Amino acid sequence: MKPSSPPNGMPRERLIRFVLPAVTLALGIAAWDLAVRIKSIPPYVLPGPGLVLATLIADWSILSASLLDTLITTIEGLLLALLGGVGLAVLFNQSRLIEYSFYPYAVILQVTPVLAIAPLLLIYLPQQAAVLACAWIVAFFPVLANTTLGLNSVDRNLADLFRLYGASRMQILRDLKLPAALPYILGGLRIAGGLSLIGAVVAELAAGSAGAGSGLAYRIAESGYRLNIPRMFAALVLLSIAGIVIFALLSLLSHVALRRWHESAIEPET
Amino acid sequence: MTTAPSVVALKGVGKTFGNGVKALEGIDLDIRDREFVSLLGPSGCGKSTALRIVAGLTEPSAGLVSWRGRDAMRPGRSGDIGFVFQDATLMPWTSVTGNVRLPLKLRGIAASEAAADIADALRRVGLSDFANAFPRELSGGMKMRVSIARALVTRPKLLLMDEPFAALDEITRFRLNNDLLGVWQSMDESGGTVAFVTHSVFESVFLSNRIVVMTPRPGRIFTEIAIGEPYPRHESFRTSASYAAYCRKVSEALHAAMNAREDA
Repeated sequence: MKPSSPPNGMPRERLIRFVLPAVTLALGIAAWDLAVRIKSIPPYVLPGPGLVLATLIADWSILSASLLDTLITTIEGLLLALLGGVGLAVLFNQSRLIEYSFYPYAVILQVTPVLAIAPLLLIYLPQQAAVLACAWIVAFFPVLANTTLGLNSVDRNLADLFRLYGASRMQILRDLKLPAALPYILGGLRIAGGLSLIGAVVAELAAGSAGAGSGLAYRIAESGYRLNIPRMFAALVLLSIAGIVIFALLSLLSHVALRRWHESAIEPET
Repeated sequence: MTTAPSVVALKGVGKTFGNGVKALEGIDLDIRDREFVSLLGPSGCGKSTALRIVAGLTEPSAGLVSWRGRDAMRPGRSGDIGFVFQDATLMPWTSVTGNVRLPLKLRGIAASEAAADIADALRRVGLSDFANAFPRELSGGMKMRVSIARALVTRPKLLLMDEPFAALDEITRFRLNNDLLGVWQSMDESGGTVAFVTHSVFESVFLSNRIVVMTPRPGRIFTEIAIGEPYPRHESFRTSASYAAYCRKVSEALHAAMNAREDA
């Protein structure tokens, strides 16, 4: 059988994967700019990309402080989601009674819209804690669900081998179940990264409605009230970039952790 | 051979699963020191179940399993039993060394202390140069060698092998058959007993000094056939007249075992 692609096929394909989205983005921005210019749309309705960039630079001190606030909440929410999700999944895996007692409530927490929970949390908790709680509520379930799946997906023969050699529950958990669940945990974490940001944003918006806040979402709400649409766009751009960077970093972490052994992280042979 | 002490004996062992399937019935089997016993039978005849009962991985529904020196040898942390599954059953997240080390690690033996035993086990299966490779970097045959090395690392008194070469191509299987006999003969005085499950007449004749032929489900022992060919057995044995004669005899026994069930 003849090889279907030349030896340098992979780098070219990789290049295309980066170039094509960049070209699409550039075309989108150009169309946006053209539409604003041709139709003479006023900036308080739709600012052009140039104005958004200029606002981003001019308001950087305010926006960067807000970005930092939102990022800190997101990362804290993500770390708590990792601890809570993996911890609960391990508890569920070790005891059916605990799983049966608590799993339905984890599901209820997941299916109840965070937008409806956020105002309540803001009543009962200090604002920062409420925002963090929202980020955690949204982010922990994918980690819990994926880790539970991973812990239950252990190769049966390997489990038998551990039994044959008299492994303790702790050894089975540490040396068999958790490593086997690692790809699932990392998959859950990648979903949780984006969700944690969404949870933080939703809670900041709810907090912003109450007239207090400092995160990026609060800046968006505040700019909206003031009809400062270019700053709204600038904050939105920062949020999107933050989401992309979080996803990319978590993907990188997953790749580094799994690259030597898991199919999902192994480069196809050329 | 018949005078060698028993390593493990099954008396009247039967197994009926929870769904009512009767896998084994009335198994009387004595596996003796330094024997290479093959359990031969069609798929689903309960030979793997019998091996799992010996390993203590499945509880028999009836009968007894008794060990020589019961306190000194039983399934568990002692490492007296090594088990090789049909699949290599390796941990993909760790290296060849990490996989072979597993039984020692579970017994709390430090990596530095285990290093010599791991190196020895890898040398015996011809994988010394692959200690740091990950399972995905190995061929099917090499993975099975790692699995065998892992089973050998505790220097088990009894090595249980459940159709270990069934998924491999014939050339690889022949080579691993030869190497397995070499490993078996190099096992030290305290060990060297192998119970090998297979559905291949040719493989069982080449490897074993006793073949236990089983009937289809529920598995019973139909007959036992001694293979008197001396060891070491080389590749030339495969093309010899005596090998062909043994294969014919075992095939006829297997055929009769199948008919015995149909008649029952």
